[in-house]
Amino acid sequence: MATVPDMLGPLNISADTPALRIRGVEKHFREKDPETGRWRPVAAVAGLDLEVPRGEILGILGPNGSGKSTLIRLVATLLLADRGRVEVFGLDVERNRLLVRRLINRVSVEASFFKKLTAAENLAYATGLYGVPNRVAQARAREILERLGLPAKKLSVPLEQLSRGQQQKVAIARALLTSPTLMLLDEPTTGLDPKSRREVQEFVLEVRATHDATIVISTHDMDEADRICDRVAIINAGRFAAIDRSDRLKARWGGSAGTMEQVFFTLIGEHLDEADAEEGGD
Amino acid sequence: MQASESRPDPLSGRRRPLSALERELRAVWALVRRNFHLIRRYLGWEIVFLFYNVVNTLTIGLIGLALPAGAARNREVVYLAIGALLWNFLSILFQEVSNSVQWERWEGTIEYSFMAPIHRLTYLLGVCVWAVLYGLVRTMVVLVGVALFFHVSIARADLAGAGLVLLASSVPFIGLGLIAAILPLLSTERGAQATQVIQGVLLLISGVYYPVSVLPGWISWASVLSPATYTLEYVRSTILNGASVRGVLPISGLLLLWGVVLIPVGLALFMWAERHALRVGALKRNG
Ligand SMILES: Nc1ncnc2c1ncn2[C@@H]1O[C@H](COP(=O)(O)OP(=O)(O)OP(=O)(O)O)[C@@H](O)[C@H]1O
Ligand SMILES: [Mg+2]
Repeated sequence: MATVPDMLGPLNISADTPALRIRGVEKHFREKDPETGRWRPVAAVAGLDLEVPRGEILGILGPNGSGKSTLIRLVATLLLADRGRVEVFGLDVERNRLLVRRLINRVSVEASFFKKLTAAENLAYATGLYGVPNRVAQARAREILERLGLPAKKLSVPLEQLSRGQQQKVAIARALLTSPTLMLLDEPTTGLDPKSRREVQEFVLEVRATHDATIVISTHDMDEADRICDRVAIINAGRFAAIDRSDRLKARWGGSAGTMEQVFFTLIGEHLDEADAEEGGD
Repeated sequence: MQASESRPDPLSGRRRPLSALERELRAVWALVRRNFHLIRRYLGWEIVFLFYNVVNTLTIGLIGLALPAGAARNREVVYLAIGALLWNFLSILFQEVSNSVQWERWEGTIEYSFMAPIHRLTYLLGVCVWAVLYGLVRTMVVLVGVALFFHVSIARADLAGAGLVLLASSVPFIGLGLIAAILPLLSTERGAQATQVIQGVLLLISGVYYPVSVLPGWISWASVLSPATYTLEYVRSTILNGASVRGVLPISGLLLLWGVVLIPVGLALFMWAERHALRVGALKRNG
C-alpha cells in the first residue's frame, strides 16, 4: 500500500477528537407480531454510549439480534437514530452526512454486489461513486486482493462465481479503496476458512498500522476479538454489558477458565454449561 | 476548511484535489458505466427484448396497412408507428429511472450506493443520463427496423421539430420517473407493482395509438395530465403535417417548464422517502 491518504487534514480535525463518539443512542423498529398481527416496537439499540479514540480497533461481541448491525448502520449513515447523537471525528452523522460519508466505509456480512458483474466492474462502480479514478482503483485492488490471498485473475470473473470467502475479500477491498479513516466491519470473517480468516485479521491490523485508520469490527469469533482488538464491547439486548481490554474482561468475568467465551456467557446472563445442555438437548 | 496545497488528494492520489463538481461528474460516469456493464452481461435478454420491440412496432404499423391503398393508409401507418416508437422511448425512460432503485434492492447493493458521499441529485442524474442514452439507442434500432419494413414516405416531415418536442418531453418524463422511483424505496414489492400500474395508466390516457378524443368521457379528462399526450400530438403534427420548429416551440417550452417543476418535486419526494427509509430501516435489514 503505497499512499497513506490523509482525509482529516483538510477538515481541520484536531488529533484528540475521537474517531467515534456515541451518546445516548436509541433505535427502535416496528415489527408485526405473527400471532396478534399487530405492530409492536422492537428496541434494537436501547441506549448506547461509546467513545473510540483514533487508531483503535474496537471489537463488538454479542448474541444474534443484540443490535450489532444496527449500531454499525447508525454510524454508517444508513439508519437515523430515534434519540441521541453519533459523531464521527466530531461531525454529527445527521447534519454532516456527506462529510461523514467521505470518512467511513463499511463491510457487511453479505458481500452485496452486482452478481453478474465481475469484481473489477463492481469495484469500478463502487469506487467511481467516491470519485476514485478507475485506473488507480484497479491497481490498488490488485495489491489489496493479492495481500488477502485472492489471485488477480479472479477480478475478471463474475462475482456469483466466487466463493463466499472470496466475495468477502472483494468487499473488504471495496471498502478500503475509498481510504476510509473509520472502517466499520460487520462480521467480516463470518464464513471464512481459518486461513482466510487469519489473512483478513492480519490485514485489519496492517490497515490500522499503515492507514491511520480506526476500526470497529463486530464478530462472533471470540479468539478474533481477543487477538486483534484493543478493546472489546459486549452488547446484549441493545446495551453494552461491558467495554474493556480483553485481558481485563477475562480477569473480571472470565471465571476460572479465563476465556473470552466465559466472559461472553457471563455478561449475557447465561451459563456456559446451560448453553452446552441446550445444544446437546436434541 | 483549508485546502492543503502539497498533499495528494486521498482518493485520486493526485496533487490537485478533486473539485466537488469533478467528483460528482465521476460518480455520474460510474453509474452510466455500471449500467453499460450490466447490459453487456445480460446481452441475451437485451437482444430478445429488442427483437420483441421491433416486431411489436411492426405489427402495430401493419394494422394501418389493412386500410385500402392511398394517402389515408400511408398516414395511418405513420401515425401508428410514431405512437409505437414514442411509447417505446418514453416507457424506457420511465422504467429505467423508476427501476433503478428496485434493481439495487434486488442485488443488495443499495446500502453501498446510498452510502457514497455524493448528492442524491448526482445519483439520480446518473440514472437519468443513462436512461436517455439507452432509450435513444434502442428506439433508433427500432426506427431503422420500421423504416426498412414499411416503405412509406414522410416527405412532409419536419424532423427538427419532432426532435425538439421529443427532447423537451424527456424532461417531464424523467420527473415522473423520479416520483415513481420513490415507491420501491418505501416498499420493495408494492413499489414495483405501483410503477407498473402508473405506466399502464399513462399508456391508456396519452393517446399512443388513437386520438385521445376517442377515450370515454369518464377518463378522457385525464389525458391532459400526461406529458406524453402532448409529445404524441405534436410529434405527429411535425411528421404528418410538417409543423415547423417555430410551430412547436411553445409546446416544447411548456413541456420543458413542466419538467423543470416535476424534477425538483421528484427529487424532494425522493429525499423525503430516503429519510423515511433510514428511519424505519427499510433499505435493508439483514446482517
Ligand atoms: N430494518 C429492520 N427492521 C425491523 N427490525 C430490525 C431491522 N434491523 C434490525 N431489526 C431488529 O433489531 C434487532 C437487532 O438486530 P441486529 O441486526 O442489529 O442484530 P445483530 O446483533 O447484528 O445480530 P446478528 O448477530 O444476528 O447479526 C433484531 O431484533 C432485529 O430483528
Ligand atoms: Mg448483524
